[in-house]
Amino acid sequence: MNTPTTHAQPLGPLVDGFEVVIGFETHTQLTTQSKIFSRASTAFGAEANTQACAVDLALPGTLPVMNKMAVERAIEFGLAVGGEISERSVFARKNYFYPDLPKGYQISQFEIPVVVGGEVSFFLGETKKSVRLVRAHLEEDAGKSLHEDFVNQSGIDLNRAGTPLLEIVTEPDMRSSAEAVAYAKELHKIVTWIGICDGNMQEGSFRCDANVSVRRPGEPLGTRREIKNLNSFKFMQQAIDYEVRWQIEQLLDGHKIIQATVLFNPDTGETKSMRTKEDAAEYRYFPDPDLPPLVVDRHWVEEVRSRMGELPRDKATRFVRDFGLPEYDASALTQNRPSAHYFEEAVSLGAQAKLVSNWMMGELSRRLNVAHLDFAASPLSAQTLAALIVRIMDGTLSNHSAKTLLESLWQLDGSRESDAKAAQTLVDQFVDSLGLKAMNDTSALELIIDQVIAANPDNITQIKAGKDKAFNALVGQVMKASKGKANPQVVNDLLQAKLAAL
Amino acid sequence: MSLTLQEISRIAELAKLQLTAPEREGMLTQLKTFFELVEHIKSVDTQGVAPLSHPYATVADVALRLRPDVVSESNAREANQQSAPDVQKGLFLVPKVIES
Amino acid sequence: MSAIHELSVKALQQALQTQQLSARQVTEHFLARARNHGASLAHLASDMAPQSPSPSTPGSKASCGAFLSMNEAHSLKAADESDRRIQAGQARALEGVPIAHKDIFVTQDFPTTAGSKILAGYRSPFNATVVSRLQSAGMVSLGKLNCDEFAMGSANENSAFGVVHNPWDHTRIAGGSSGGSAAAVAMGLTPAATGTDTGGSIRQPAAFCGITGIKPTYGRASRYGMIAYASSLDQAGPMARSAEDCASLLSVLCGPDIERDSTSLDIPSADFTLGLNQDLQGLRIGLPKEFFAKGLSDDVRDSVRAALDALVRLGAQLVDIELPKTELSIPVYYVLAPAEASSNLSRFDGVKFGFRAQGYKDLDEMYLKTRSEGFGAEVQRRIMVGAYVLSHGYYDAYYVQAQKIRRMISDDFQRAFSQCDVIAGPVAPTVAWKLGEKSSDPLSNYLADIFTLPASLAGLPGMSVPCGFGEGHMPVGLQLIGNYLKESQLLNVAHRYQGVSDWHTQLPGSAA
Repeated sequence: MNTPTTHAQPLGPLVDGFEVVIGFETHTQLTTQSKIFSRASTAFGAEANTQACAVDLALPGTLPVMNKMAVERAIEFGLAVGGEISERSVFARKNYFYPDLPKGYQISQFEIPVVVGGEVSFFLGETKKSVRLVRAHLEEDAGKSLHEDFVNQSGIDLNRAGTPLLEIVTEPDMRSSAEAVAYAKELHKIVTWIGICDGNMQEGSFRCDANVSVRRPGEPLGTRREIKNLNSFKFMQQAIDYEVRWQIEQLLDGHKIIQATVLFNPDTGETKSMRTKEDAAEYRYFPDPDLPPLVVDRHWVEEVRSRMGELPRDKATRFVRDFGLPEYDASALTQNRPSAHYFEEAVSLGAQAKLVSNWMMGELSRRLNVAHLDFAASPLSAQTLAALIVRIMDGTLSNHSAKTLLESLWQLDGSRESDAKAAQTLVDQFVDSLGLKAMNDTSALELIIDQVIAANPDNITQIKAGKDKAFNALVGQVMKASKGKANPQVVNDLLQAKLAAL
Repeated sequence: MSLTLQEISRIAELAKLQLTAPEREGMLTQLKTFFELVEHIKSVDTQGVAPLSHPYATVADVALRLRPDVVSESNAREANQQSAPDVQKGLFLVPKVIES
Repeated sequence: MSAIHELSVKALQQALQTQQLSARQVTEHFLARARNHGASLAHLASDMAPQSPSPSTPGSKASCGAFLSMNEAHSLKAADESDRRIQAGQARALEGVPIAHKDIFVTQDFPTTAGSKILAGYRSPFNATVVSRLQSAGMVSLGKLNCDEFAMGSANENSAFGVVHNPWDHTRIAGGSSGGSAAAVAMGLTPAATGTDTGGSIRQPAAFCGITGIKPTYGRASRYGMIAYASSLDQAGPMARSAEDCASLLSVLCGPDIERDSTSLDIPSADFTLGLNQDLQGLRIGLPKEFFAKGLSDDVRDSVRAALDALVRLGAQLVDIELPKTELSIPVYYVLAPAEASSNLSRFDGVKFGFRAQGYKDLDEMYLKTRSEGFGAEVQRRIMVGAYVLSHGYYDAYYVQAQKIRRMISDDFQRAFSQCDVIAGPVAPTVAWKLGEKSSDPLSNYLADIFTLPASLAGLPGMSVPCGFGEGHMPVGLQLIGNYLKESQLLNVAHRYQGVSDWHTQLPGSAA
């Protein structure tokens, strides 16, 4: 829906002097047991047409009966993105002929959708972006046409027909493929977090269409082309980048862009215009006489809200407010439930929030990524991390030793320890056995410092000349001599004192 | 209103009906007379009148009934496909669908 | 005792329960009559559905073309089951009483065609809710009855399987779209039948064939398994000899279908036979002046007037009322019904069920050929009109405007019901016309629906009661319209009237 927008547009990077404008339409399959208008199962992967009942096949005389859970899923989404839940919305028929569309029309929502407005915010690198939603409406999925196996024929499997979908439509607020992908990832996070969609992109549970156009800055919106069925974040970026380049080349060669629906071919990496039902469509929408208006009373909305629990964006805000975390950290920690839970667990055990955040986003994430694990499956429990951080906080461990400790804990099964006391004991035993205890005994340190000063007369002259680098070099040597066990702060103070006394 | 042969062809294509040239001509004349009958509904003043879809809504609110999310349809493929024109391996066969 | 086929549903019910007659005996009798007098000209009654449409040639006196399919083995099996239950003292409300169904209701035991070539030989894996309700009340299904293709028509000349002839005069139409149902009952081929009414399809053929029929409030009877023509107007109803018979059938046929039909009203059915003997003293009968205006033929006016006088003698009083939008109901109906139909009929595409044309080169041609060869002229006309009024640029001017006027028409009725309890008038401007007389001119057919369309658009209950004979000794019907859910009141008025008249008991010569 490339409606001109009055909203202050985030200035995106220009490509050959063109501004890229992207809007999204995402079809999310809702997690329900039965279909939106029939009592057939929505389970994926059944044998062809064994889950297509009389209603799904549009056999003569059949009628639709609405699934309450599908509506509830839509309400949950509306609340999650701060949209408005329509008290009264209408199901309409979208009429067109296609073999995977059994009734010859799709039951969807046209004039009055169940969710209006809302917003999706996320970080693009360090910058916060936010994309406005136009609407989210309920509709039924179509079946599948299988082109292999048959000569000059297609086989129609209607198992998927009637699976509940929530189509989420944005304003054309995105200004780069990177931003588009970041939006899609954020949306994916939201729908899976609140559990209205399983997010399985291979199985088509989360399908994105991108409306792409380009224009010279300040000009009205250009003609858009819609890239259909982007079912992987990787292809999404490639497809949009290719499409943008293609459009700009067309314009630079003096051609006009003709509105079209295109498909991305991962093998060639190109987008190609397709001839489909979508083109030059005259859908003859009208309210479905088989379905009275959908009424969602406020009590129901409140009831759903109370059952939903804290939403990711609320959690992030709270992390900033209560723990003084930077927004960037907060948003990163709330990427998914396990990481947010891991963070809260560690902090609740007295570990300092920013330290927990740093260790989670740095060392731990790096290791988890390599092992393809999430925080729920981390070999190092939140309790163990907390115990380790506590020892950093009380000066027992220097950062350097803490890393060494983590390395050995990572290998160890006991590190999954979920009992805080036991975890602390474990960590402390390792600190001792590995001899990682920081050297806070000043007399021993002073000895080392004296030796270092004696061994580096030229540094001293430089320091006297006000060269900080020379000072840092000395600190480094002292740390080295202490095998990293010295507490850098302490070293600093003592060294300062000594030099002053010289 | 002036219906044209072009419009007849366009609507026929939308409705997937194949009309021969004479059939189109006949359809045009019939629809023209029909729309003469219908034209005067346009002149009726319906200011502030809400459309009526479910007739009972004239006297009482009619809201969509919602059913619990329960699966109760078991596989009835054989019965459901008994009148299908062309089925193989449980799939409905149609002339190849060209997508791109 | 008079011949079995002259007995009313009530009489049969009693004879069966008291075992004066066996269900098998009764069923065999009607099956034989259906075989001999009911065969559609497309084919002789058989267990097979017609495979190809046939030209509609004038019918022999022997056959009215009402039946499209039968399954005698199945019917007799059901009859034996009824006899078993009766002997075991487990008889249900209408145990062993035969009924036949308009071929617009899907059935497991008989093919279902909706009078269309596009569904020739179609077998439904389930029964329409209305059919199962009547069966679980013990009724024995005799077969399926002819009707206008997808219930689109007022003369039953639009069936792909031949026209239905009026039992009172085989050169005349039986009316439509439930023409087969009306003719079969009038000719004594079945004591009762189901029908559907979208714009008058129960009331008008009932009037033309001299029987009694009622269309309940929209939403009172389930639409599940009733092949949709115009979803917001379609209603099922019973057709039989008398109001009393209609009452007992309606009691079974109505009721919520929460699980299957979102438009069905959550209002329990009732035993409509209980309210049949209320006094009419002080009942206010409203006469819409638009129903008695020009265009109403004298013979019909006289019979209706005479019936009204009889009702006055029973204590009712007549009140003049107005339904100012009566004439508008024709364009409004013929915009809304085709619009919904054009969409409802999109599922007939040759992919999942029914007819598929031969010799196509690609998918698009498969659609085009299948639908143009499968649908008859009137259906194609209405699909075109519907697609047109829904298309871009015309939707608001036609469809939405018609929906608004529809509300105005309904509001007019509510205003009228503040002045009266029941509305009465003619069902149709004339008696049944000659076969082929209007078939060349669709519009003249449309205009003849003028008195039945308003109640359909408002979703009000309406019925047709035999009230005399007009030109060519053809039956005339009195239309009664009640407010929402007032079926009981309508049936009461009709029953009291039938207590002092004998039009409904007269049979055409062909029924002998």
